[in-house]
Amino acid sequence: MIDLKDKQAVNKIWRILETVTDPEVPVLSILDLGIVRNVQLNGDEVEIYITPTYSGCPATDAINTNIRMVLLENGFSTIKITQQLSPAWTTDWMSEKGKEKLKAYGIAPPHSKQIVCAPDSFQKEEAIQCPQCNSYNSRLVSQFGSTACKALYQCNDCKEPFDYFKCH
Amino acid sequence: MNKSINISTDQLINYLLHLADNSLIMGHRNSEWCGHGPILEQDIAISNIALDLIGQARNFYQYAAIPIKQSTNQPINLTTEDSLAYLRDTREYKNCLLVEQPNGDWAQTILKQFFFSTYQYYLYQQLQNNADDQLKAIAAKALKEVTYHVRWSSEWVIRLGDGTDESKKRLLRAFDELWMFTGELFEPASYELNMSTDFILMKEEWNKKVCSVFEEATIDVPVEKKWHQSGGKTGNHSEHLGLLLAEMQFMQRAYPNSEW
Ligand SMILES: [Zn+2]
Repeated sequence: MIDLKDKQAVNKIWRILETVTDPEVPVLSILDLGIVRNVQLNGDEVEIYITPTYSGCPATDAINTNIRMVLLENGFSTIKITQQLSPAWTTDWMSEKGKEKLKAYGIAPPHSKQIVCAPDSFQKEEAIQCPQCNSYNSRLVSQFGSTACKALYQCNDCKEPFDYFKCH
Repeated sequence: MNKSINISTDQLINYLLHLADNSLIMGHRNSEWCGHGPILEQDIAISNIALDLIGQARNFYQYAAIPIKQSTNQPINLTTEDSLAYLRDTREYKNCLLVEQPNGDWAQTILKQFFFSTYQYYLYQQLQNNADDQLKAIAAKALKEVTYHVRWSSEWVIRLGDGTDESKKRLLRAFDELWMFTGELFEPASYELNMSTDFILMKEEWNKKVCSVFEEATIDVPVEKKWHQSGGKTGNHSEHLGLLLAEMQFMQRAYPNSEW
C-alpha cells in the first residue's frame, strides 16, 4: 500500500526535478534528457536514481549537486543519489518536448532510429535537418563536437555550422 | 555462462583494475594532444575520446573500490577511484604495453587508437553479456562510445594509408613501432581467465577488422608477423609508463589529498 502522502511527495519531487537543467545544454531539464529513472521514498530519505548519459560526461557531477541543492531548498533534508548504469542511457529516452526545445535552441535533435551507430568507416551519413533553415542538405564536419553528446555539421544551403545531438 | 564459478575477489579486483588502467592510460595519452591537434576539429575529437576513456576508467575504478574496501588483503589506502589512479606505482598498473607507448606523430597516435579501440570494441561486445551485472552495464555503455572511436580512427588509417607518399610512409613507420605490442591484447593474464571472454574469437574478429581496414588503406603489411612484446598486464612495463605516471600523479604525490 502506498501512502497517499508519500505519493504526493513523490509527485512533488518529480515537479522539482523538472527545474534542474543540463549545465551543458541549459534548455533541457534532466527529465527532458530522460536520465532520472526513479524517485523513491525510504522513510525520510529521498532516493533518486540517475543514469548517466556518457561515461565521461563532466555534467553528471554538476547535475547531482544541483539535484541536492534544489531538494534541500524545498525541505527534503536526506537525499541519496544512486547511479544506475543498467540499462544504458540512450537518446531514445529524450522526450519529444526536449527534442523541440533543442531545435529551437539551434541544436539538431537526435534521430529516433539509431542508424549510424556502427563501426564501419565512411558510412553514408544520415540527412540531418538544419535547425536554422530546415534544409536536409547538410554535411558532417566532425563526429565529435563541443561536448561528448554532439557532432558538428554544416548546412550546405544557409551555410550555418550547427551541432547535432548524436545518437547514443 | 556462469561467471561466479571460480572467481575470487582478488581476481575480480585485478580484472577491473586491468580494464580501468587500459582506459586511463590510453585516455591520458590522448589528453596530451589537447591543444596540439593538427586542426581544431581533430583536437576536439581526440580530447573527446580522452574524456570517454577516462570516464570508462572511473566506472571501473569505482566498481573495483567496492570489493577492495571489503577485502582484508588489499592495501587500505586504495579505496577510492582517485587513490587507485593517483597512488599506485608502475608495477601495480596492469595496462597492456600498447596504451603506454608515446604518441609519436599523428600517424602513430591514430594507429595506436585504431588497434586499441578495435580491441575494446570486441571485448566490450562480449562483456555486455557478462553474468556480472555491473561489469555488463559499464561495458554496454562504453560500447556505444567505442563504436565512434573505431569509426573515427579507422577512417584516419584509411586516409593516411591511401593519402600521400609522406602519410603512407608515416603510417608504415607507425606499424613497425606498434605491431609488436598488439599480441599482448590476446594473451590472457591469469585474472582474465574464467571471465567468460573468448580470446580466440576476439583475436579472430580483431584480425579481420584490421586486415579489412588495411586493405582499404592500401597498405600491405605482414600482419602474421610473430614477434611480440608483453608483460604490461602483470606489471612489467616499459620506461614510458613511469614517466607518464610521474606527470599524472605529481599533484597528489606532492600535495596529498589536495582537491579543487
Ligand atoms: Zn541551413
